[in-house]
Amino acid sequence: MTLTLNHYLLVSGLLFTIGFAGVMLRRNIIIIFMCLELMLNAANLSLVAFSRFNVGADGLPNFNAQVLTFFIITVAAAEVAVGLAIIVALYRARQTTHVEDINSLKF
Amino acid sequence: MNPILFWLFSILMLGFGISVVANRNPVASALSLVVSFFCLAALYVGLDAYFLASIQVVVYAGAVMVLFLFIIMLLDLKAEVRRKFNKLALGGGAIVALGFAAQLLGVLGSHPRGDQPFPALKLAEGETLSDLQKVGETLFSQHTLPFQIIGVLILVATIGVIVISKRELK
Repeated sequence: MTLTLNHYLLVSGLLFTIGFAGVMLRRNIIIIFMCLELMLNAANLSLVAFSRFNVGADGLPNFNAQVLTFFIITVAAAEVAVGLAIIVALYRARQTTHVEDINSLKF
Repeated sequence: MNPILFWLFSILMLGFGISVVANRNPVASALSLVVSFFCLAALYVGLDAYFLASIQVVVYAGAVMVLFLFIIMLLDLKAEVRRKFNKLALGGGAIVALGFAAQLLGVLGSHPRGDQPFPALKLAEGETLSDLQKVGETLFSQHTLPFQIIGVLILVATIGVIVISKRELK
């Protein structure tokens, strides 16, 4: 059995679904944040699979997709730093990371 | 990539991904996420993206996850106490996630080139793929402006984090 593009897209889609279900179902804001990372990584996996699938005239993968993945990883790292700072500020104000306890717009 | 290795790392990655969602203890979730990222890096190696695989291990499994664990331990989060689940939210979330998965399978089934195997790379005799060099060339010749913007973004994020953590919330 040879691997096709669909195998990678299927795994990537399942990983995205797991992250998506985590965001919908979990109530701990840090776990929700981790599930967001899972979804970003699922997108990265499909990009890298497309890059390898799209072999150009020079016989090499399409490196534009890999550069895009590189950018996504960079932005995700910045996002994690800012998001965790916001979570720490939130925790100092409300002493909770449970999203159902944080339901007022202004306090 | 060897299909056995592909299935091994895919199943490990998805299994530990489920463990991230299912674990009650945040530290266990974070460690499952590390394993999941390592397996993803292995899949990148199988797709001949060696540079991205090393970046995945260094940045994600290293820096980002250390940050997560640091915050979890700083806030001293214990295992979540069992709360009564909102049945409507639980059912709605499950339905949306499963509907998304079903939709995705439909799209994959109708993808015209999806069932073709990966074409082989054309490399000269005895030459190995130098993907780091190629990614660097692409990055610095065709994507210089996004690269500069990313630099500014990281600066903004750094300053933003300092501002957020310095200000006293009342």
